[in-house]
Amino acid sequence: MIPGIGALAQDTLWCFSQVKGTIEIGATEADIISTVEFNHTGELLATGDKGGRVVIFQREQESKNQVHRRGEYNVYSTFQSHEPEFDYLKSLEIEEKINKIRWLPQQNAAYFLLSTNDKTVKLWKVSERDKRPEGYNLKDEEGRLRDPATITTLRVPVLRPMDLMVEATPRRVFANAHTYHINSISVNSDYETYMSADDLRINLWNFEITNQSFNIVDIKPANMEELTEVITAAEFHPHHCNTFVYSSSKGTIRLCDMRASALCDRHTKFFEEPEDPSNRSFFSEIISSISDVKFSHSGRYIMTRDYLTVKVWDLNMENRPIETYQVHDYLRSKLCSLYENDCIFDKFECVWNGSDSVIMTGSYNNFFRMFDRNTKRDVTLEASRENSKPRAILKPRKVCVGGKRRKDEISVDSLDFSKKILHTAWHPSENIIAVAATNNLYIFQDKVN
Amino acid sequence: MMLSKGLKRKREEEEEPEKEALAVDTWWLDPRLPAVAQAPPAVPSNSLLDLSVLKLHHSLRQSEPDLRHLVLLVNTLRRIQASVEPEATLPSVPSPPEAPGVAADSLLASSDAALSASMASLLEDLSHIEGLSQAPQPLVDEGPPGRPSGGAPPGLGALDLLGPATGCLLDDELEGLFEDIDTSMYDSELWAPASEGLKPGPEDGPGKEEGLELDEAQLDYLLDVLVGTQALERPPGPGR
Repeated sequence: MIPGIGALAQDTLWCFSQVKGTIEIGATEADIISTVEFNHTGELLATGDKGGRVVIFQREQESKNQVHRRGEYNVYSTFQSHEPEFDYLKSLEIEEKINKIRWLPQQNAAYFLLSTNDKTVKLWKVSERDKRPEGYNLKDEEGRLRDPATITTLRVPVLRPMDLMVEATPRRVFANAHTYHINSISVNSDYETYMSADDLRINLWNFEITNQSFNIVDIKPANMEELTEVITAAEFHPHHCNTFVYSSSKGTIRLCDMRASALCDRHTKFFEEPEDPSNRSFFSEIISSISDVKFSHSGRYIMTRDYLTVKVWDLNMENRPIETYQVHDYLRSKLCSLYENDCIFDKFECVWNGSDSVIMTGSYNNFFRMFDRNTKRDVTLEASRENSKPRAILKPRKVCVGGKRRKDEISVDSLDFSKKILHTAWHPSENIIAVAATNNLYIFQDKVN
Repeated sequence: MMLSKGLKRKREEEEEPEKEALAVDTWWLDPRLPAVAQAPPAVPSNSLLDLSVLKLHHSLRQSEPDLRHLVLLVNTLRRIQASVEPEATLPSVPSPPEAPGVAADSLLASSDAALSASMASLLEDLSHIEGLSQAPQPLVDEGPPGRPSGGAPPGLGALDLLGPATGCLLDDELEGLFEDIDTSMYDSELWAPASEGLKPGPEDGPGKEEGLELDEAQLDYLLDVLVGTQALERPPGPGR
């Protein structure tokens, strides 16, 4: 079933499917999930955490016996991607937290993904081994090489089955190219190159070459005193390998064409919405800072997330977005408090569904929001252990802004700001979503009839 | 330069919006919130400017400040300052000459030192403003920047912004910026490198431990480690 088509008549019903991770007691800060990503087929789901670990879940084959339950995700591989490092020159510790994971499209039996912390990008190969060769006669029982003079027969080893083993090996390490903190990585549609972006620069890499990268964007001013803007996110166009976009802390998006020049400091397109004078405040710039930018699967649109809204832009119209969705506008009157407790600096991500008809993003109190671009309807759902019965339908939540609070509503003042949904992912072709709530990963699916 | 003439609000008027502001503001002071534990120390007044400066100070004290956070804070501070003193312009302080032999794009802390210097210059300018704006919280959020209506909290001293990473690489020039600044309001939070000849504040334990008293032996050791590290960190060749 293609999501979006057929769902116009009625809203999708979302059900709880699974939750991964420990319940509160015993959870450490290292377990906090910092990135979630499906691979291109949706067969694999990867998470990265603050402790530098990557956990990959694989969807089990659907069985004829359990028609009503679509394939569940089970742990496929776990490995330590990044370790904490110490930069002796600056006397600084480099965090091992995984900022982003991006999958490469599958080209052979093995799976490849990129994972990055603040400074170093790594290419990991995840492969299965279910056979091993047996029958070598070159070593004795203790494993020592035999004297060649004693070997009189040529024995060809035979492959025998063994228990399935999934191994992850680091195939490339792309280091020492970023002075500032890496916030994004994006695989190019040519599958030969990728980019990594930090606060001030974007570098282009070839997968085969680790000791060199091309700098394609550099917004560092000659005088650091003049610094007023940083890069917050970047992504390649899904089909045009020469095109990419990057967003800034001032709420602007620049589209660049690598054919125009080697250094793409001059943009091809510049997307910015004029400020609404009625909403102006001291915090206008902070809330306009874009925390995520994503191309639609079609490549025709980009979606941006700032503190209070999600916006959809048409690549052909630079002066304003074509759609704006309010994520949690009730926070607009609380900006001062959110500034005091630093919540105003939280960076939320946003995702498209497979058909680009629905967009999703997170909020506080473990709420997350979906907006249907066609019906213009939206829904607020919650990722919580209370709604964790198998196939339980998620009940829409509502935040009460003022006046009388209805029974099922929650008032703004009761929201838990420590429970934030920053990272979510949507299966590339089905209505399956993964929602990271601190150290737990929730998987929801739409109701199967 | 006095700013507070005629701007002081009456005590009674101050209390009501204050109460309202508190009712709105303290709902987030839930002990569940991790942000509370990390929040800057309690501010004597509700001034947004004070809060912002404290945040900036707090951010700069991190071993590696988050650049986005820093830039957003500085820009917000500039907005607040502009509303307090619209005719003032930020002086452009020449950045300290970079350490000799260091390339502009190098990974060394000199670029961070320049950033710290720019923050220092901004804050030094702010320190000249006495009688800070005390825009009541609800007003700030609703309309254009509120008119300064606050009382006269003591003038903000420019804060000692040196972080451990930059302390030993700064030029003597920069020290002069801090010599006549009154930092008594914030000194208990400061880390002051004892060896650099800068005006030390009242000491705190962590500050002393972080003090960069590098003697020759330690410098040699550090260089050995650097050389050793670089040998280890050489990336693998292509085709691995």
